[in-house]
Amino acid sequence: MKASETAQRWAAAINTVTIGATAAEKGTRGKVVTIGGAKCIPWMSYEGDIGNRPAIALEVWDSRGETWPAGLQSLYGDALKDTVTWAKKAAEFGADLICLRLDGTHPDLGDRGADESVALVKSVLAAVDLPLIIWGCGIAEKDNIVLPRVSEAARGENCLIGTATDKNYRTLVASCLADGHKLLAESPLDINIAKQVNILAHDAGFPLENIVMFPTTAAMGYGFDYVLSIMERGRLAGIGGDQLLMQPVLCDVGLESWRVKEANAGDDSMPGYGPLAERALMWETLTATNYLQAGGDILVMRHPGAVKLVRDTIDKLVAGAKALAA
Amino acid sequence: MYLIGERINGMFKNMRAAIGEKNKQVVQEVALAQLKAGAQALDINVGPASDKPLDAMMWLVEAVREVTDAPLAIDTAKWEVMSAIVPKVPGHAIINSCKADEAELDKYLKLAVDCKASIIGLTIDQKGVPADAEKRIELGATIAAKAQEAGLPMNHLFIDPIIIPVNVSPATPKAVLSALAALKLISDPPPHLVLGLSNVSQGCTERKLINRTMMSLAQSAGMDALIADPLDLDLMNALVAAELLLQRTIYCDSFIDAYKMGAKPGEP
Repeated sequence: MKASETAQRWAAAINTVTIGATAAEKGTRGKVVTIGGAKCIPWMSYEGDIGNRPAIALEVWDSRGETWPAGLQSLYGDALKDTVTWAKKAAEFGADLICLRLDGTHPDLGDRGADESVALVKSVLAAVDLPLIIWGCGIAEKDNIVLPRVSEAARGENCLIGTATDKNYRTLVASCLADGHKLLAESPLDINIAKQVNILAHDAGFPLENIVMFPTTAAMGYGFDYVLSIMERGRLAGIGGDQLLMQPVLCDVGLESWRVKEANAGDDSMPGYGPLAERALMWETLTATNYLQAGGDILVMRHPGAVKLVRDTIDKLVAGAKALAA
Repeated sequence: MYLIGERINGMFKNMRAAIGEKNKQVVQEVALAQLKAGAQALDINVGPASDKPLDAMMWLVEAVREVTDAPLAIDTAKWEVMSAIVPKVPGHAIINSCKADEAELDKYLKLAVDCKASIIGLTIDQKGVPADAEKRIELGATIAAKAQEAGLPMNHLFIDPIIIPVNVSPATPKAVLSALAALKLISDPPPHLVLGLSNVSQGCTERKLINRTMMSLAQSAGMDALIADPLDLDLMNALVAAELLLQRTIYCDSFIDAYKMGAKPGEP
């Protein structure tokens, strides 16, 4: 049986979401990134349009670069000591977007204040002209102080800001709405909550077509199959017409794949493990490429070599999809 | 679930009066209320309200069209009314209905194909409503085969295996459920399977309870379209819950609101 004989017709498409604003849109970004738009199971172009190609964001932290694994320290060097230099490095490494993680605002990880974060966001926006993802520390009380301020500081730049959860969404929804940003909606590995966060944001007045979902990410080998199946269920429901699951999906690949044993254990730690440098690179690469198969639209990554391999894979998938297109 | 709202019907007192007085506003309010409650299409039935059914039907269609583009199910047993109205309905029309009689099917299906309309085929022949499931399935298969011959797209075909009041015919609900399950398999993709739900409780007490219980059972058997009252909140909530339990939607805590957000007027 030819694969195309399994083709189904789908009622709807994943939403198309643009992040960033150029001068033409009254922002200061050099380009915008547009994701989503698929009308098929990922890459099955014989069913319908595959939509926009997935984008790669590189992760940049507001602090604590010294905690990154040695395999990344050697590649980023001193850039990890200064967020703005770090962001420029990420742009050099070929990022489509910068994912600025404000982890240093976490009460236990530096407790940086809103003023400091505002200044940092402004500096990053001035230093690189890529679209920006801004990610809070995940502590509701702190995010609700910091994120409205950075949202305002980045007004008009059409950033993607997160995260909104089912327990804490009102403040961020109001900020993103007022300042013209996209919303990153987080759910803890749970399709029902993913849908609920979206309807809550909608009921609070936020347009569903301006949401990107973050359904939680796992590294390969660490609950990866759960995430994959949740993303697939979401995609099937979305293209099947459920407007509360039509949102494109972000995968936090770098953070997750660099904290597993396989990306950190030394060359000789286990028989058959092989050299760490190559192993860690491949762990991130394969985690990312597998998420491409489940419909990941933004991959947040770290290793420039992994970025290159994933970009090559995306090129091949896009070319293959074109050849098979309906 | 493709829900066709049944409230614009001359059998209802308010509608009978509105048709008599040519009071558009009442008709339009009922149309919009049904769509807001989750109907995808609206049934239009003159009932016994007028001695000029053709004029009354056209007036109703025009009144409703002023406020919505939703598909309209033209509900009449009179061929002269159906054949005159359906070509004139702006937007999508659903022919409601046609019996499984060969000669009748030919002319009704031609009308549907010519007007790009949908059609509801009843599993009734010259002998009337079948007593058992088998005859319903046979007549349903006849309708589907004829529709395919006529070139009707399968998504424009509804088969109605005919429910009759449970107090009159206690065995019918079970026969209908068996027929629904079997008719789901007669083609791929299958035709839509529909019931005129409220008929099951005609002349009974606890009508709404009987209606919604029959609905849940029929949903489980494969019914994917329904002519019913969207303004019956308990019915609508049961409909949504059954769609969830049958894995046709994904749960979230606000699953009722989530379902209604997605229920928009449109072609079947």
